[in-house]
Amino acid sequence: MSIRVSNITKRFGRFIAVDDVSLTIPDGQLVALLGPSGSGKSTLLRIIAGLEQPDTMGEKGKAAAAIHLAGAEVSATKVAERGIGFVFQHYALFRHMTVFENIAFGLRVMPRATRPTKGEIAERVNELLGLMQIDSLGGRLPSQLSGGQRQRVALARALATKPSVLLLDEPFGALDAKVRQGLRKWLRKLHDEIHVTSVFVTHDQEEALELADRVVVMNRGRIEQEGTPDELFHRPATPFVAEFLGQVNLIKGHIHNGHAILAGNVTLPHNAPGLVTDGRQARLYIRPHEIELSATALSHGLPVRLLRVRLAGPTVKVEALGPDSQTLDIELSHDRWRQLNLNPGDEAFARPSDVRIFPDDYAI
Amino acid sequence: MSNFASRTAPRESALVRWSLTAGVLVFLGLFLVLPLAAVIAEALGAGLRVYWESITEPDALSALRLTFLVAAIAVPLNMVFGVCAAWAIAKFRFRGRGLLLTLIDLPLAVSPVVSGMVYVLLFGLHGWFGPWLRERDIEIIFALPGIVLATIFVTFPYVARELIPLMEAQGNEQEEAALVLGASGLQTFVRVTLPNIKWGLLYGVILCNARAMGEFGAVSVVSGHIRGKTNTLPLHVEILYNEYNTAAAFACASLLAMLGLVTLVAKQVVGRLARGAQDDGVGSELLAGGGAR
Repeated sequence: MSIRVSNITKRFGRFIAVDDVSLTIPDGQLVALLGPSGSGKSTLLRIIAGLEQPDTMGEKGKAAAAIHLAGAEVSATKVAERGIGFVFQHYALFRHMTVFENIAFGLRVMPRATRPTKGEIAERVNELLGLMQIDSLGGRLPSQLSGGQRQRVALARALATKPSVLLLDEPFGALDAKVRQGLRKWLRKLHDEIHVTSVFVTHDQEEALELADRVVVMNRGRIEQEGTPDELFHRPATPFVAEFLGQVNLIKGHIHNGHAILAGNVTLPHNAPGLVTDGRQARLYIRPHEIELSATALSHGLPVRLLRVRLAGPTVKVEALGPDSQTLDIELSHDRWRQLNLNPGDEAFARPSDVRIFPDDYAI
Repeated sequence: MSNFASRTAPRESALVRWSLTAGVLVFLGLFLVLPLAAVIAEALGAGLRVYWESITEPDALSALRLTFLVAAIAVPLNMVFGVCAAWAIAKFRFRGRGLLLTLIDLPLAVSPVVSGMVYVLLFGLHGWFGPWLRERDIEIIFALPGIVLATIFVTFPYVARELIPLMEAQGNEQEEAALVLGASGLQTFVRVTLPNIKWGLLYGVILCNARAMGEFGAVSVVSGHIRGKTNTLPLHVEILYNEYNTAAAFACASLLAMLGLVTLVAKQVVGRLARGAQDDGVGSELLAGGGAR
């Protein structure tokens, strides 16, 4: 079931949590709402679920807020009737009920006419316990479970009523790093099996990029960019997205003849986008692994001095000092590093193979 | 703070520890145990027969019945009011929330005598609604309704005060989860909220009941002290005492004291059960804290 929200605004007092957001989530996809805390992602999720109401007082000239689930407008529909599965950040398991009763809850509170029989409920709960690989935990209380197990119970409970949309608020936020990794893979696999349209909120860019079909980057209540993880990582539309997704070097320069000129009069061969006109200051974003390091002079190469080298890990991480005292993080393979035969303190040349250029006056 | 405590506490000399403990025990003995023992000794001083007669004479039985009746009306009502008030204050943010919170504490802040006077002022013969009530032959002051009203007023805070911190600590998430899962408001309350607050509620009800049965000041003002009719047990004790009928007064007082002891035991049992049930500690900590009030 597709989700379409249009012109959603939500204020808490003077604070604008969500600022005129419109968004379409295609059927069957796993979508991440990614942003720093306070960016409005959780509020947007709660508005889709019906746990918060969007502000109705639109400003002049703005269209009215609307939420469509599978094409039907649900703004006036009660939370209970939206057919949504919601996984809360801290799971919100009913702590006086066993795991079995937690999962059965949504079925037990159905109106008598549509409520499954006791046998059917037990069957559905056992099926979900199996799907979540927690078969043996049905009789436990939530307090007797680990964080990862609670997460699975919360998910099973949300799926019990076969919702057409699954919303997850920071699903891995309360777990430690190791458990997180495992659950992340498992959730992706689960989604590939059951194909329910899912939206999850996260502040962890790695999680969003690894897990989601599409990522919506939010900042200050607005959508900065929306696209596949690949698009966002390689073609960030705004400086915010460039900085938020992954490691990145920020270098200042200015534009001349459509090219960026850096300190030390180094010209980069890359064309500046149309909106960055000649003579303007520019921000250049360069990812550490997109920098070529050489011991000898390179055309378009920045002269740098190597400060620190970290060899532990799959790649070699070099911290270098460029002209104008800008530090530059460079990542290269262990093979390449051995070839270069460089040491901390040595002079070298760094050439960006790819760069994203934004005008400097862009507010972040 | 904790550093300070852990550094000094275990190193206190035996002398200090023993003298502190002894001080507390002497104090407790003088001010709590001794009076209680005196009540029982006085009550039984004139012999078991006198004791039995004093508590089974018609006026005493009537007072006992009235006390139970008043509690039986006031406590369930306050249970409902208390849950409603706690729910509203703990789960919602609204204008006037602070004021409501203060109002709930009002009965604890004003003297019970004043609480009683308020009702006389409102419903008494010369009160605001007095003439209107008299025309319709409705008796409130110097009758059961007045006693019940005064008792409700005085005991109002106990349930709400017990529940508000508990419900605030538990937050809204479980209720929201129930709503998203399709539960109605009533289903959410019965299946999720109530089981989560049941120990706190029971605790509040016990305290509320103890106060309802023991209330003297407010009830004294509105009751009229009509023997065998509008006398509750505490009022009956006072009358007997004023009549120098010491043995009977202490016999009835010992009944009240016993009600108090039963309350204490019930409180202990509930507290222990709650600690067993509330695994995550939120509820039991609050319950344990509640006892200090």
